Amino acid sequence: MKLALEISLYIALFSTMLAIVFCGIRLLLGPTAQDRVLALDTLWMCIMIFILLLGMLFGSLIYFEVALLIALTGFVSTMGLAKFLMRGEIIE
Amino acid sequence: MRTMLKSWLPSPWLSGCLFAIWLLLNQSLALGQVLLGVLLAIAIPLLTAPLRLEFSPVTRPIALFRLLSYALVEIVRSSFNVSKIILFSKTKNVNSQFIIIPLDMDNPAGLALLSCLINSTPGTVWVEYFSDRRELSLHVFDLHDENWWIDTIKNKYEKPIMAVFE
Amino acid sequence: MMNMANDIPNWAAALVIFFLLLGSVIIVIGTLGLLRLRDFFQRIHGPAITITLGTGAILFASMILFTSTSQRLVIHELLITAFVFLTAPLGAMMVMRAAVYRVRRQKQIDDLNEK
Repeated sequence: MKLALEISLYIALFSTMLAIVFCGIRLLLGPTAQDRVLALDTLWMCIMIFILLLGMLFGSLIYFEVALLIALTGFVSTMGLAKFLMRGEIIE
Repeated sequence: MRTMLKSWLPSPWLSGCLFAIWLLLNQSLALGQVLLGVLLAIAIPLLTAPLRLEFSPVTRPIALFRLLSYALVEIVRSSFNVSKIILFSKTKNVNSQFIIIPLDMDNPAGLALLSCLINSTPGTVWVEYFSDRRELSLHVFDLHDENWWIDTIKNKYEKPIMAVFE
Repeated sequence: MMNMANDIPNWAAALVIFFLLLGSVIIVIGTLGLLRLRDFFQRIHGPAITITLGTGAILFASMILFTSTSQRLVIHELLITAFVFLTAPLGAMMVMRAAVYRVRRQKQIDDLNEK
């Protein structure tokens, strides 16, 4: 059972990495600016999931704080970028 | 006594949530952390009082719970629908459209809850709320029947939300 | 590699495996939607399933794993779940409004150029 758990953790890590690659491609291709902001938002989420999975793999609770901080920073950056797209400035 | 409690704890639910968050973050029930949590739970609502808006309170928690459980089932169901469309259908055939839904509710807290639920459900995104016409603009991923959407939003979401805040 | 999962009961391991596989499939499908759908207004629906169901499944797996291996209740993942469920709708709404605003402004500029 332990082996199956480890294999499924590696599968999850691999598919999250694939998701990060997809987001990166959309971030580079994205014809419009809003596509890039959306890709960046999803990229933050995927990286947060990746770090949670690393924490599960190493059996350490420290990674939880990193994931929480990444979620916070991702939210703030998405809001700032969306506001910038709308008005051309962030603080009016 | 009651007025003193009111002036030190203006919003007891917020204070309780802050206390719980502090203990969860620190992963301990030690005396020092509990005292620090109580201090934060009293200080933060007082310091941020000028930032908060006046919301109508939740009068029926049971209705809120029923609404949230319905929304959770709906999130899972429409996740599978959206992933089926992404995997198996040609992108040309997907009929994505903006639709307009008339609303009866103008409670700000209810609108905030409605927008959170609609945006959490995959396949629908909130676009704009026109407060002068009381209409809501949504973007739907795969539109089959506009009247079905209007009916669902009005009966399954709007009526329970109005019941929660009445 | 997994130095702490020696004493995990079988049913908990099965639940963790189920949620991990479900979450990884959902995450890949969501970002695949971001990659292969046609225009922005369709693409915004792809990551929504990654953010809600994918994150939820992975966090649930993490909660079960740490609770069953460390002999106490580890539920601080609930903080991330609550945070993501509160903020992801806001982010989607802001990006959508910005996109609608930009498309409208572009249309106005095109109309002016035609005249």
